[in-house]
Amino acid sequence: MSAPDDGQLTGLDTPARSARGLLDQQSEDAGRVAHGEVAVDELTLSDELAGAGGVATTDVAEYALWLGDDALILSQQLGWWISRAPELEEDVALGNIALDLIGHARSLLHYAGTASGRTEDDLAYWRTEPEFRSAWLFEQPNGDFGHTIARQLVASVYLFELYSRLRASSDATLAAIAEKSLKEVDYHRDHAVQWILRLAGGTDESRRRITVALADVWPYVDELFRDEPLIDRLEGVAVRPSTLRPAFDDVIVGVLSEAGLQTPAGFIASGGGRRGSHFTTMGYLLAELQVLARQHPGASW
Amino acid sequence: MVTLTDAPALSRDDAWRVAATIADPEIPVLTIEDLGVLRDVRVDGDRVQVTITPTYSGCPAMDAIRDDVRAALHDVGFGDVRVETVLSPAWTTDWMSDAGKAKLVEYGIAAPNGHAAARPTGPIRLQLAVKCPRCSSLDTRELARFGSTSCKALYECRACLEPFDYFKVL
Repeated sequence: MSAPDDGQLTGLDTPARSARGLLDQQSEDAGRVAHGEVAVDELTLSDELAGAGGVATTDVAEYALWLGDDALILSQQLGWWISRAPELEEDVALGNIALDLIGHARSLLHYAGTASGRTEDDLAYWRTEPEFRSAWLFEQPNGDFGHTIARQLVASVYLFELYSRLRASSDATLAAIAEKSLKEVDYHRDHAVQWILRLAGGTDESRRRITVALADVWPYVDELFRDEPLIDRLEGVAVRPSTLRPAFDDVIVGVLSEAGLQTPAGFIASGGGRRGSHFTTMGYLLAELQVLARQHPGASW
Repeated sequence: MVTLTDAPALSRDDAWRVAATIADPEIPVLTIEDLGVLRDVRVDGDRVQVTITPTYSGCPAMDAIRDDVRAALHDVGFGDVRVETVLSPAWTTDWMSDAGKAKLVEYGIAAPNGHAAARPTGPIRLQLAVKCPRCSSLDTRELARFGSTSCKALYECRACLEPFDYFKVL
């Protein structure tokens, strides 16, 4: 994951927010004019470049860790499927989705690290389990293919709604990461929806398995929408998780009714990932994620 | 003796032209200018700052592109080359030049059809027909929505029966 020191990912800094509408307009213009002038003029771009070296406050860094760890853990899980998916195309699809997620994790962890002088690698490889902030949904085992798809449905519908709203964050770096990530998560959501429909409408066995899988991941949905005290301190910066629930439910109900499946119900898991308390899989997952970096500190290729 | 400091200063346009020759390592017929990945070049004496933007967040080609840009500008005499990656405004296939699209098709990859939606909408996507880059038939079908790289999907043509890559609209 290491990035050269002069190649840091940066977002917009605050001054550029006022220029945002203008930037969007120019981006649209850029689409029409064959480029060469690349459409973003010097003046506006200087605002954009002001984002270089943006430093997160402690609270913003904590929030960026929530989001970055969700993406990192899900990416690590999906990577397991490479060479194991039911068909070659699906190997490629899950690998691509994992790659997008590792990109989101890099941006978010890089930004989180600015608060404490750490790199994204420091945060990914050298934190212990209680220092991670991922929610339990992302820590759920891959299970069979149905479980992975059920987890993908919940994760990508949630992330889509989250990034849609985070684009309006008063924190320009988070807004920039959200804008970028949203377009990719849109494809992930599409992938999950297509598979839900296909598995539900396939054989009796595929329908049975996706039904079981949805019921198995459902206890971990609730945690995604809990408002921790941190959120109160980040008004306008963070998205209040509870506000995402209605839109999430609308999409899920729409997809599941199209598939002729019931929306699962049942017990709600305690969760606690945002406070560093993790699902039982997490230690093993981190061991595999971190072993190489810890065995060979500073190694690169 | 001629030294670098005696050489005439290189202009922004010179630096842009050099940076614009760098090819995407995964689709070598396209330059980073064709793709719209090259966003800005600034020159101050023998210092140059190049701004690029990733096509996809996890695009592994970015590190190679950064190294290639740096090496190319060093080679023409810049002493201090900085390459910065920005995420916003987010890259879109709408920035791909017409010349770039033509080169893609010639290379055997279907170019993005249509423009990116102003903002993503419902969970069910509408997919326009994709034209086969070999025989130009519109009778094609998607085999997989994710292809050999993040930016592509895998299609097959029902007219000429050949599989092909399609550069997805983003």
